[in-house]
Amino acid sequence: MDDIHLKRLVWRSRRGLLELDLQLERFVAEVLPTLSDADLAEYEAVLLLPDNDFLDYLNGKADCPDAQLKPMLERIRAAQH
Amino acid sequence: MAIPVRKFDAVIVGAGGAGLRAALQLSEAGLKTAVLSKVFPTRSHTVAAQGGVSASLGNSEPDHWHWHMYDTVKGSDWLGDQDAIEFMCREAPNVVVELEHFGMPFDRNADGSIYQRPFGGHMSNFGEKPVRRACAAADRTGHAMLHALYQRNVRANTQFFVEWMALDLVRDAEGNVQGVVAMEMETSEIYVFQAKATLFATGGAGRIFASSTNAFINTGDGLGMAARAGIPLEDMEFWQFHPTGVAGAGVLITEGVRGEGGILRNAQGERFMERYAPNAKDLASRDVVSRAMVTEINEGRGCGPNKDHVLLDITHLDPEVIMSKLPGIREISIKFAGVDPIKAPIPVVPTCHYQMGGIPTNYKGEVVVDGNTVQGFYAAGEVACASVHGANRLGTNSLLDLLVFGKSSGNSMIDYIKAAPKDLPELHTADVERSVARVERLNTQKNGSNVHEARSAMQRTMQAHCGVFRFKDMLAQGVEKILEVEKLVKTTEIADKSKTFNTARIEALELENLIEVAKATMISANARTESRGAHVRDDAADTPENPNGRDDQNWLKHTLWHRDGNRLDYKPVNLKPLTVETIALKTRSY
Repeated sequence: MDDIHLKRLVWRSRRGLLELDLQLERFVAEVLPTLSDADLAEYEAVLLLPDNDFLDYLNGKADCPDAQLKPMLERIRAAQH
Repeated sequence: MAIPVRKFDAVIVGAGGAGLRAALQLSEAGLKTAVLSKVFPTRSHTVAAQGGVSASLGNSEPDHWHWHMYDTVKGSDWLGDQDAIEFMCREAPNVVVELEHFGMPFDRNADGSIYQRPFGGHMSNFGEKPVRRACAAADRTGHAMLHALYQRNVRANTQFFVEWMALDLVRDAEGNVQGVVAMEMETSEIYVFQAKATLFATGGAGRIFASSTNAFINTGDGLGMAARAGIPLEDMEFWQFHPTGVAGAGVLITEGVRGEGGILRNAQGERFMERYAPNAKDLASRDVVSRAMVTEINEGRGCGPNKDHVLLDITHLDPEVIMSKLPGIREISIKFAGVDPIKAPIPVVPTCHYQMGGIPTNYKGEVVVDGNTVQGFYAAGEVACASVHGANRLGTNSLLDLLVFGKSSGNSMIDYIKAAPKDLPELHTADVERSVARVERLNTQKNGSNVHEARSAMQRTMQAHCGVFRFKDMLAQGVEKILEVEKLVKTTEIADKSKTFNTARIEALELENLIEVAKATMISANARTESRGAHVRDDAADTPENPNGRDDQNWLKHTLWHRDGNRLDYKPVNLKPLTVETIALKTRSY
């Protein structure tokens, strides 16, 4: 994945909800630079989630119906602890 | 200088509730409308609004717009303009029903009508008893509103410019607004968006404070652009705060935690609320709790290395109770404070939530300076000050504000555009050149300051000197300090000078907007020597002449801060509604 693509993902980690900004800030700083191209594609897909759903999945308040997104959601969640 | 120019009938900056509502009005009228947004429209901060939107539909019990108006005027502590408030409350049922027709999935009664629930401050018959006035879509009202409006705009052919940041307003020699200068984030290319009418709907600037519930995008871009273009900012001393946000993060801890037995403690471990409210203690009202917390911090009894917060202790509660009754709070605390509240107390601090002030407008969304409208310039939503919220906002009136004033400014723009000459006038380039130079300064700055450090200095200064409860000496020092911080902001340097999605450059530009809001807030608050609504000062005593410290004799007026020389002037509050009698001044108590 090229640099432009990666930087676009960094900007798209800015969200409408503070709780997402805070969780993604840590993930972007610590985990994003280590991801493979395949992982980055998954992260890009996760960023397309509506903010409220995204937050509910991260908080475990709801189960993400798309099984393909679950591993990346779990990695974002794991980056918080 | 060859800056490309794109031409439209209308350009709107910001794609939250107000921007989308206005865009819809314009596009459906067949006008060529551009909407610029830093983020995808449905990820605007409107998405965070949960509570609902108020309208006196009277679906569950009798209600009337006049009662809603009374509640709003009282909530504003009489600083709201009564013409704008009447307009908003009368329009509320119309815009809510319209939104329903746009596909908004409101909660419903068994008979299919919109379900309405009670909300703090909503009363029937001029403050007599609670009334059900809030319309909601579960706890996702803002989210549902954005989706309904966005879909409708796509259908109406609104042209969206997503991941574009507006940089500066363009005015001609007479001060008429000609559009904006904007940067495409993907390329850092700068364009002029020229239009017959320009609307700012950029939201608030809660990020000026160290602790804020606002998303990172809420950097007051419209306020910064307006201030640089010579437009004054109105009533910027008024900000709504919540007493308990997680220190350093801003995520709210519900007041229900104190209801379950949570205790506030200072650095010595003392349960300090016993001194401030011997009977109610930690269950005292929001104002009393906020005041006590700030006083403890201000007197050096705050916690942590910077002594800048207090602790909310629930370690004495049965872990089973915490797990069953407060699971969300435990999750928030672990995630954002790194603390399991079963084992250790949660660091908390009063947290900024909403900005009442903004760009001065009338109820038509027209920007008004010195009694005259600025031709071609409009503002709506949190960035604007109509003024319907006055010194404090009534719950659920923020979403209403977006709908009513988004629509009314859209209508005003349609009239203005249709009356304007068919061809756009020649572009006046002085503001464009200044804007380009501002970006260029960032590219060439040497030995400059660090953006994160400057922003942090601003946020800490605002939080400590101009937070939820204010002290005379602290405000005076705060003015000096924020002017020092401004010097840092003027010399920021970025290491990354690349062109594509350069977040460092964007953050430096955002900081230049935030600092304008910070100065306006500090200087306006320092000057207003009374307490009113959300602006509460230690030295404005509660006396029989000035109940709660409110001084109508001297301060029943709107502040106007001018960037040039940090000059302040004032204008009267409009106490005259459009069709009904004035809601007379009285002491605000609930």
